[in-house]
Amino acid sequence: MESVAPASVDLQKLSVRQLNHFLHHEIGATSPSRVEILNPNGLHNIAVGLDAPVQVDVRGHAGYFLGGMNRQARIVVHGNVGWSVGENMMSGEVRVKGFASQCAGASAHGGLLFIEGSASSRCGISLKGGDIVVGGHVGHMSAFMAQAGHLVVCGDAGAGLGDSLYEAVIYVRGKIHSLGADAREEPMSECDYDKVGILLSRTGLDWSPREFKRVASAKTLYHWNVDADQEY
Amino acid sequence: MTKKIDLEESFLYDRHVLEYIHRASEHGLYDIRGLGAKRKVPNFDDLVFLTASASRYPLEGYREKCLTRTILGTRRAKKPITLDIPITIAGMSFGSLSANVKEAIGRAASEVGTCTTTGDGGMTQEERASSKTLVYQCLPSRYGFNPQDLRQADAIEMVIGQGAKPGGGGMLLGLKVSPRVAQMRTLPEGIDQRSACRHPDWTGPDDLTIKINELREITDWQIPIYVKLGATRVRDDVKLAVKAGADVVVVDGMQGGTAATQQVFIEHAGIPTLPAVRQAVEALDEMDVLGEVQLVVSGGIRSGADVAKALALGADAVSLGQAVLMALGCNSPSYFDGQEQVDVSDEYAKLGTGPGYCHHCHTGLCPVGVTTQIPELEKRLQPDWGARRLKNYLQTLTMELTTLARACGKSNVHHLEREDLVALTVEAAAMAKLPLAGTDWIPGDGPG
Repeated sequence: MESVAPASVDLQKLSVRQLNHFLHHEIGATSPSRVEILNPNGLHNIAVGLDAPVQVDVRGHAGYFLGGMNRQARIVVHGNVGWSVGENMMSGEVRVKGFASQCAGASAHGGLLFIEGSASSRCGISLKGGDIVVGGHVGHMSAFMAQAGHLVVCGDAGAGLGDSLYEAVIYVRGKIHSLGADAREEPMSECDYDKVGILLSRTGLDWSPREFKRVASAKTLYHWNVDADQEY
Repeated sequence: MTKKIDLEESFLYDRHVLEYIHRASEHGLYDIRGLGAKRKVPNFDDLVFLTASASRYPLEGYREKCLTRTILGTRRAKKPITLDIPITIAGMSFGSLSANVKEAIGRAASEVGTCTTTGDGGMTQEERASSKTLVYQCLPSRYGFNPQDLRQADAIEMVIGQGAKPGGGGMLLGLKVSPRVAQMRTLPEGIDQRSACRHPDWTGPDDLTIKINELREITDWQIPIYVKLGATRVRDDVKLAVKAGADVVVVDGMQGGTAATQQVFIEHAGIPTLPAVRQAVEALDEMDVLGEVQLVVSGGIRSGADVAKALALGADAVSLGQAVLMALGCNSPSYFDGQEQVDVSDEYAKLGTGPGYCHHCHTGLCPVGVTTQIPELEKRLQPDWGARRLKNYLQTLTMELTTLARACGKSNVHHLEREDLVALTVEAAAMAKLPLAGTDWIPGDGPG
């Protein structure tokens, strides 16, 4: 795969619709399984709904929903991204060399989302099994109602982290501004160190897993409870 | 005088209110229940048709054709949906309903040539296999939502709200979160599950435009995209949905049902379906997209007369939820075990209710096996029997619809129009902007 010259798509010449049609129907079968996208210029919905083991390099900044619902593909953005990068991703990998706006990895069921910079608020909201690694900080309400999967934050986490968590687990290396309803800090186990180590290794980050804290659900909201704090 | 007032019930604090206050004081929790509003609000019963006479001539009820074909999603999709009748099945989740019920609904809908809709919790293979035309909902929770099922769908419905609980999320109490439901929703078994009220990856109408385009890109612009709204600020919301690119707008009035939500939502939020239809049609007209963006109306549609009135007010199709469950035996005193009717009045009594009054969908203990995940109860509704009942019901509605349309002189149910209707009450006349029967007066119309 790596030895074949990538196909090049210039979004100043082709529309996003033409690009996605190409990625859905033509790549892999009769053309190289590597694609380079030029001049993304903040356009939305680039490389959404991919379902093939291809590599896509986006040379510049992208808008909303980059790599949405990805399966199998490896997408690298050599720039920043807008809202909801890798939303509902099923498998594969999305890597952002720069920063990500809100709702990164929302509802992702699988795969790996790696943001080398920081991610804005609600990173990992409604996460359903995917893994997210953020090299910098995450904004407020990250991992809100996250159900499964892991969020690794190498920097600090904003207010309301892990609010209404289900079974997803958050690891934070820096400061946590505040925890959301039903989220609590727990001791790291050897399994946790292993998990963080594996994810850091996959992303090429060399922090020690021993520097991370674990945040998980206290599970007090799993059943309606008259005595629970109704401010949540 | 003294004796009379000693036994006089307070209007403001009647027995229902007292019971509510006493219950709240005892438990400290709001009431949660299923189905829709029980309060009386202006509805389609408050309208009547001005069928043909000397000034209009009718079509023969049994001989002359009256077309019911309905096409949805003509605006931007390459493959709009073509239905044999304008009566569709609303989104109801696997989880709130059993797999048997979902299968029965799919089979009945396919037999009469209409579509059914998934619901919170994703698409089951039984449902896909039994439904010729299946609309796949994209809900805030995104439970079970995935691109494989998306590509198997015939249309997508972006759910912003629901008439029973506009502005509120959903819930599925623990007894219904069975192993299969839990697995489909990526949740622990048996928890009281909450569905979010806002989507996780977009917030406002401008974001929605981009989101709709994402779904179109993923499905290669093939299938229609609906936007479903709970009826509140209908005029504004419909316009925003149209601007965001919806092919079809679904407006769900406050009489719409739910599997479970807070009673305070069901009875106190949203506007009735009657004014909602009128406002939605006006909004489409003001956007100059009447006929281009189709309107589906839901929330308390029960009969062929209701369907005909909704169409006459400007809807392209209607969607049924609660009535479908009732056709399958909801609130019936018995279920059919394959040989005979088995009385379950005692099981209703254990729930503190009775057939005809039950709204205990949220408990999962449905005595007739409709809204349950308990295998022993689920068996009480067999797909064959359910599909036959529902097919009969949908067929009846269609016959009633065409009967009224023919009597109004229409050879196509979509030719029914506002001029065919008048209102029986001042409230209905004002809400639907129709003349009060026997007058030319439309309350609120014109100066003064």
